[in-house]
Order: sequence, then structure tokens, then C-alpha cells
Amino acid sequence: MRKYITNEGLVLPLDRNNVDTDFIIPKQFLKSIKRSGFGVNLFDEHRYLDRGEPDADNSRRPVNPDFVLNQARYRGVSVLLGRGNFGCGSSREHAPWALEDYGFRVILASSFADIFFNNCFKNGLLPIVLERETIAGLFREVLATSGYALTVDLVSQLITKPDGTTLSFEVDPFRKHCLLEGLDDIDLTLEETEAIREFEQRWRQSSPWYFGSVPTVKAHKTPL
Amino acid sequence: MTGHTLYDKIWDAHLVKQREDGTALIYIDRHLIHEVTSPQAFEGLRLAGRKPWRADANYATPDHNVPTTTEERSQGLEGIKDPVSKIQVAALDDNCREFGIFELTMDDQRQGILHVVGPEQGATLPGMTIVCGDSHTSTHGALGALAQGIGTSEVEHVLATQCLMQQKAMNMLVRVDGSLQAGVTAKDVVLAIIGKIGTAGGTGYTIEFAGDVIRSLSIEGRMTVCNMAIEAGARAGLIAVDETTLEYIKGRPLAPTGALWQQAAVAWRQLRSDEDAHFDLVVELSAGAIEPQVTWGTSPEMVAPISGQIPDPAGEADVGKRSNIEQALEYMGLEAGTRIEDIKLDCVFIGSCTNSRIEDLREAAKIVEGKRVADNVELALVVPGSGLVKKQAEEEGLDQIFIAAGLQWREPGCSMCLAMNADQLGEGKHCASTSNRNFEGRQGFGGRTHLVSPAMAAAAAIAGHFVDIRKL
Ligand code: SF4
Repeated sequence: MRKYITNEGLVLPLDRNNVDTDFIIPKQFLKSIKRSGFGVNLFDEHRYLDRGEPDADNSRRPVNPDFVLNQARYRGVSVLLGRGNFGCGSSREHAPWALEDYGFRVILASSFADIFFNNCFKNGLLPIVLERETIAGLFREVLATSGYALTVDLVSQLITKPDGTTLSFEVDPFRKHCLLEGLDDIDLTLEETEAIREFEQRWRQSSPWYFGSVPTVKAHKTPL
Repeated sequence: MTGHTLYDKIWDAHLVKQREDGTALIYIDRHLIHEVTSPQAFEGLRLAGRKPWRADANYATPDHNVPTTTEERSQGLEGIKDPVSKIQVAALDDNCREFGIFELTMDDQRQGILHVVGPEQGATLPGMTIVCGDSHTSTHGALGALAQGIGTSEVEHVLATQCLMQQKAMNMLVRVDGSLQAGVTAKDVVLAIIGKIGTAGGTGYTIEFAGDVIRSLSIEGRMTVCNMAIEAGARAGLIAVDETTLEYIKGRPLAPTGALWQQAAVAWRQLRSDEDAHFDLVVELSAGAIEPQVTWGTSPEMVAPISGQIPDPAGEADVGKRSNIEQALEYMGLEAGTRIEDIKLDCVFIGSCTNSRIEDLREAAKIVEGKRVADNVELALVVPGSGLVKKQAEEEGLDQIFIAAGLQWREPGCSMCLAMNADQLGEGKHCASTSNRNFEGRQGFGGRTHLVSPAMAAAAAIAGHFVDIRKL
């Protein structure tokens, strides 16, 4: 997994509550069987004026000049400033993939939807919850200041504003550790193989009805 | 000592390891797999040279991309016109074969929407932990299972380790007591709950639904309620096991039989919250006050009773909420103050994992029987949740009732719930839909979705606008 230690970057103000996963990446792009390349279709329905298709040449599509991401002053952003219930809706990990692929590293919001929040950590994206008033203050500052950038440091859990003042934020210690080290969840869990096997054996004995009912299938590679 | 909630009980029973920082490893009994959120997970396994931990815990079927016309379906994979969709469905077939995972392929009569198929086949059992790379996995909580949606990284994690790494959520109890008015259904109940607590109201919680109304609902109705727990922000919704649950499960293909059934039934009867269990939050609704519900905006919390009207943003004190309402009305092309009954419709969609089971289809058929879809409704689709639901409906003659009334009778799949296949809502069109999300563009680019119950959707198809089914 991609590490996150610290990031300094321009801030994009996305002034909406309930930014849902369809807003972040519309469903026609979920047909890809790959994990990358979603950045060009981030916020597709708002970013472009026409309807996007997975194999379209995005450089030729009409861009919506009113959408905040398309404004020149927000070119090169890596910090996303949102409002409440950010990332609600589907469990699609394509949403954090698209944000990360576009270049975002941090999302600040007053609240996040659970699954989305969780998915971010798996992809080296840092979601941070701040008080509603703090978020509102940041919106005011970003909108008033061209080139507004924040430094978000995970080690110290501090956000440094352009004027040098700082805001502290909370992060779950285990998730922090994983992000700082770029640890892979599966490797970590497989360190507990013995505990899992032991649990499984006990569970199979006490609740045998949960085991073995689905027909087994012989694994085999299909010839191309 | 205080008692335990149902959620506490299932959680504790599956706890493999508790870390000091609060993170836990919990064991997963059932993993449901579909074509959209799994390819990257299988690819990850392959790259790391890993195998599924326990192949028989997995159960797969394609649902999001499958075409729903009989003509296309009869051609198998070749019938999927969109090449990208076809690759995704073919990838699921290949991955399941390569990793030895059981799959109901597109041409299997049992295929359907995973959240309809799982319970129908008995792949969903009480007390299980169930995950799926799909947020509406919460549906399975209706059977007293702890069922949660997960992302693709977690799909890979569960395939490789049979565990999920997570922190325990808080407990919320939603009680709906009293009795429902005639014509008010499970869908109206859950929309009313979301209207009350909001789409973020359940964030960080597992919701247990309880009370007279929930107890009196059929399992299918309970599934409708749990299905939308995620729209209230909760990853999981749960309902205690009772005799209705056991009756539903008994005899399902993957359910235990004989002595094993007897033992399981004894264990499952314990799956309810203790009398003195502690809930972090309790929300109460009185059933008698719930009317048929219709969403007017772009979030499921933007909902009103059928007798109501579209709210005026000016009356909203909170600036953020006011601008949300304004944005929603602009997208929906609706004016504040419009009566809900005056919203005209271009399309009707009866289907999705929320409302595509046999009882839903019966309700809808009852209303359209002997009538005709209104002229202004260009497209009215009925999409059964599974091949077996379809078969049952045809045996009961429901398909003929729909067809005679001018609705299209389709093959099972997600269809216009999210429009990943060819079933798309046109730009600017208003659709009465029995699905679960009214987000911008959800049912098609620029489409305008109104969430309702199957009976309300059926009545709207006939009238061409929303009507109060209590008056029919
Ligand atoms: S029917 Fe709709 S909500 Fe349900 S799984 Fe399919 S796309 Fe998702």
C-alpha cells in the first residue's frame, strides 16, 4: 500500500453535503477490471458537459467551466475540502481510486460515510474529520485566498495553515501506523494465521451448519 | 451486568482477535461475490500468489451488468452488447473457475441480484457474518445475520484470510410500534426512518430494527427495511430471529436439514437482544403516523408523505441544508410548494434488491390488474430479483397482468437501479422507482428518481403521476 507521511498541497473546496460515490465516479466507469486510470473521470458528471464513456478520449470532451475542479486556481490540488457525510452511497472502491489517481492525498470533511472512510485508508488516502465550524472556516479562507495550501502531517497529526497556525486532528493509531509504514492488511492478518485456524476449528465444531453447504468447485485455469 | 444486543452477540461469537487499539479481526462465514467489485481483488490474489482461505464460504453471481431483455439473455455472454460489461461478467466466470468458487452463471435459472439470491438459496443464515463488495449487503440482516458492505481491498482481504479487520460499531435501536395504515409498506417505514434520522444518522452504528411493526413484517418486508439501513448511514441493519425467520429458512437449498436443523434452530432462537441490553441511541417512530412516502430530491432523506408538498428551501435555517435543497430542486426540475401528487412521471421501475421479490411483484400486480399504464409514462419496467422469483411470478400469472397493463416483463438483474446495463433513465425524465438511491445520475445521466414502494410505483404508472394508494 502507498505510504502517507506528510503532504503539502493546494486545497480544492467542494461545497456540497452528501457527496455520494456516484458523484465521485459514475457507474459506467465501474466496468473496468483495472484498479487505475479512474482519475480522468473523477466527478465526471459535473466536470464535463457531456456524458462520459469508459473508452472516450477525455481530452476532447467539453469541460464545465463552472465546476470548481476546472478553475485555473485549483490546478494541481491534492487536498480536498468537503462538507458533511462525504462519500455516502455505494461501497465502490473506485471512488477512492479515482481521487487518488487524480492526485488527492487528503480529504477534510465534517463527517464521512463509513465504508468510504475505510476504503480511503486502504489506498493511501488520508480522510480527516474536523469540526463543522473548523470546516466552515477553512472554506472561507480557501475561497478568499488564491493558492491556498495546507500541510497535513500524519506523524504529528497537525495541519499547518498558510499563516503558520496549526490544527490538530485525530486518527486511529492502528490506521496511522499502517499508513506511515505502507503496510499491507493481508500480510498483517496472515501473521495471525494460527489464531484464525484455531477459531475456525472451534466454530466449525460449535456451529457446523455454517460450513460445507455451498457446493465445492474444482479450481482450474481455463485455457485461453 | 447489562445484557448484550444482537449485534454484540454476533460480534463476540466471531471475534478472532481483539487488539488493544480497538481494531479487531472478525471471522466471516459467507462472502458473496459479484462482477463489479471483485476483478481487482482476484487480480490481487493472483499477483501475490494467494488462494482463497476457504472456497466454500464464497458464493458468486453476476447481477449489475446483465442484460434484462429475454432476447439478449438467451444468447448468454454474447447477448451483452457493451464489450466492457461483457469482459467484466466473463472475468467473474474465469475468476470463479480459477479459484474454485461456486457461481450461478448468467444462464442459471437461480441467477439474480445477490441480495435476493442469497436468502432465497439459504446461503444467508441467522447468526452469520456476511460480507459482499456491495453496500446493500445490509439486506441480509433481516435474517438475524451481521451483514456488511465492503470495498474491493476488503474483498481481497476476506478471500485471502476469511477475516475482516475492523472496529466495532455502536448500537442503535430503531423501534416502530403501533400498526400501519392499509397501503403503507416496509418501504414507507424505512423511508420514514431515513427521513427522521437523515442519511448520516446511522453513521458509526449498527441499527437493530424492532417493535410491533417490524415483528409483523414478512421476511421479505424485513429485507426491504434492512436493505436501506445503509441509506441511513449504517453499515449493517439487523432484525432479531423469530419463528417467521425460521419458517422462511427451513427447506432452502443450502439450509441445514434433519438433526443439524434442529440444533441450528435452537441456537438461532437465541439471536435477539437481551431485555436489559444497552443501546447507545434509541429512535422511536409511531407506525400509525406513517403515510406512503415519496422522495422528491437527490438523497433518500429528501422524502415527504404523499399528502405533502415539496419543501421551500427558504424555510430551512441551516445554510448547508438550504443549499442542498436548492441544488436538489434544480437537478430535479421541481418547484418548492408543488404537491407530491402533482409530480408527473415519464418512467416507472419496479425492481432492485430493495423491492423485487415475489411479494413486491404481487403488490404491484394487484394494483395494475385490468388497467393501462398512462400515456405520459414512456417506459415501465418490471424486473424480478431472481430467475426463481420470475418463475414463481409467471406461475401465478403476474407477468401476464403486467404485460396486459403495458408494463415490460424482464429477466432478473440490477437493471435500472443503477443503469450499468442498457436499462437507462433518459435525461430530465422523472421515474417512480422501487430502488434505494435517488442520487444524481443514478438511474441514467440526468435522470430524476423518486423512491417509492412497489404499490405506489404501480399506482403511479397507471395515473401518470403520484397518487395516494390509501384512496384507491
Ligand atoms: S439492485 Fe441496485 S442497489 Fe441492489 S445490488 Fe443491484 S445495483 Fe446495488
